[in-house]
Amino acid sequence: MTTQPVTISFDGRPLTAAAGQSVGAALASQGITAWRSTRKGGKPRGLFCGIGVCFDCLVTVDGEPNQRACLVEACEGMEVEGS
Amino acid sequence: MSVTADVAVVGVGPAGLAAAVAAAEAGARVAVVDAGNQPGGQFWRHAPESVREADGHGHHGWSTYLDLRARFDAARGAGRITYLPGLQVWMAERTGLPGSAEFVLRTTAAVASSGAAPATVAADRLVLCPGGYDRQLPVPGWELPGVMAAGGIQAFIKANGVLPGKRFVIAGTGPFLLPVAAGIAEAGGKVLAVLESSSPSAWLPHLGAATGVPEKALEGAEYAAVFAKHRIPYRTRSIVTEVLGPDKAEGVRTAKVDADGRVRPGTEREYADVDVVGFGWGFTPQMELPVALGVETRLDADGSLVGVVDERQQSSVPGLYLAGEVTGVGGATLAVLEGLAAGAAAARPDSHVPVKQPAAIARHRRFARAMHHAHPVPAAWQDWLTPDTTVCRCEEVTAGEITEARDSLGARDIRSLKSFTRAGMGWCQGRVCGFAAGCLGAGPGEMPDAGSLASSAKRPLAAPVGIGELAALDN
Repeated sequence: MTTQPVTISFDGRPLTAAAGQSVGAALASQGITAWRSTRKGGKPRGLFCGIGVCFDCLVTVDGEPNQRACLVEACEGMEVEGS
Repeated sequence: MSVTADVAVVGVGPAGLAAAVAAAEAGARVAVVDAGNQPGGQFWRHAPESVREADGHGHHGWSTYLDLRARFDAARGAGRITYLPGLQVWMAERTGLPGSAEFVLRTTAAVASSGAAPATVAADRLVLCPGGYDRQLPVPGWELPGVMAAGGIQAFIKANGVLPGKRFVIAGTGPFLLPVAAGIAEAGGKVLAVLESSSPSAWLPHLGAATGVPEKALEGAEYAAVFAKHRIPYRTRSIVTEVLGPDKAEGVRTAKVDADGRVRPGTEREYADVDVVGFGWGFTPQMELPVALGVETRLDADGSLVGVVDERQQSSVPGLYLAGEVTGVGGATLAVLEGLAAGAAAARPDSHVPVKQPAAIARHRRFARAMHHAHPVPAAWQDWLTPDTTVCRCEEVTAGEITEARDSLGARDIRSLKSFTRAGMGWCQGRVCGFAAGCLGAGPGEMPDAGSLASSAKRPLAAPVGIGELAALDN
């Protein structure tokens, strides 16, 4: 079993996550609650439904846009960007 | 990749896990598609098994899960179950071709980086167990970061073993708020209050149904003990009237309400230093696949659109079975019983093996009906909105824009409102705002009818899919 913490980057800065945590959990447990701005109002958004239904928590993962942070497991070296 | 099976099962939460096991044990070749990376669904969601062995901490019915899971793994080992995790169905079709499989499922990876290869699944019979998610009623400020679905907070804790914040207020209606708050407290979070819009007296006319399911009373007693231990205030006939920002949730304004949900003047109070607000107003069954395949639907006691099934869980579409929340929100125990019935029936559609435990299914359905009547969506909830309250979070459509489209354009059903206002046209396709928009369209004190809800559940693509995957279709 892999229980070593993993290091990901969020908007270029390093962030430690427990093994197996979602990207959303890694961000929220560091006090980062918003990582996306809405298209129309420019309003901040982060986790909402937490189970992949609402798409509010979208991030870019290793260059792949529109990934749900609540579903993506944080893996060593993963580059995460807000939008 | 192509997979053929006698029975395809979509979803591997309580209903789907039970259905897959029952079908495989009855001799069918079974294919199981699920968006998650491991069995359990939302109810039995747990940390990745590659990282931490699941110990059932904070779970209910864990021994049922372990039993079903062992049988699931055994059937996989014996080659009777093909398990396709990490995939979402974006289209389900009936072929209608004699001599070929009746149902075809097209899937896409739920997470691009997961490496899950999209598969096409062809099967003679199909069991849909897609579950549900928290139903939402908007209030001013609910779009602020830090506001979450109550079930989302629970899923977060179960999957990650940490909390999404420190100081919580949980609000809405229904017994589900209790395990959410208890889970937060047991994980070390501070629950400032649980606000329940209904009142315990609402159960009084339904005590017969409640005593039919004594295990629920035991669960209730467990939560009462946790609430007492952590001194969690449980305030009935109370709601959050506003989440206070400005840029993230920092507090809430609350009020007492009457039996219809009207705010009682002079009862307002404020909670400061809140960083997570959880809302749950019952659940919305995931109806897009049943609706896409044309099943007969009805309105359930809680105002949800659900599929009509017979005693063997078969829908109006021959060969298509439904189990779990899509037949009526009723919780995990009922979902397992329905899944077992559906799986067995789908494996042997022509036999008349009687359904196991029909009395237990009936008892749990009666309990669910009583629960829905005791914890209704407050009739006056639309009064809580201001014209500039966001209703559609994706497209940022306000309550005022929706009522304007209703009053001046005659848009009353969810689909018409979507065309005129863009509510429900964004990423989530109305999954979050559909019910609320439908209430506003129907008018003050009203809820959407089955036609309106079905218009929202009718989605050409059941999940976002890449253009490359669309282009790669061979027909």
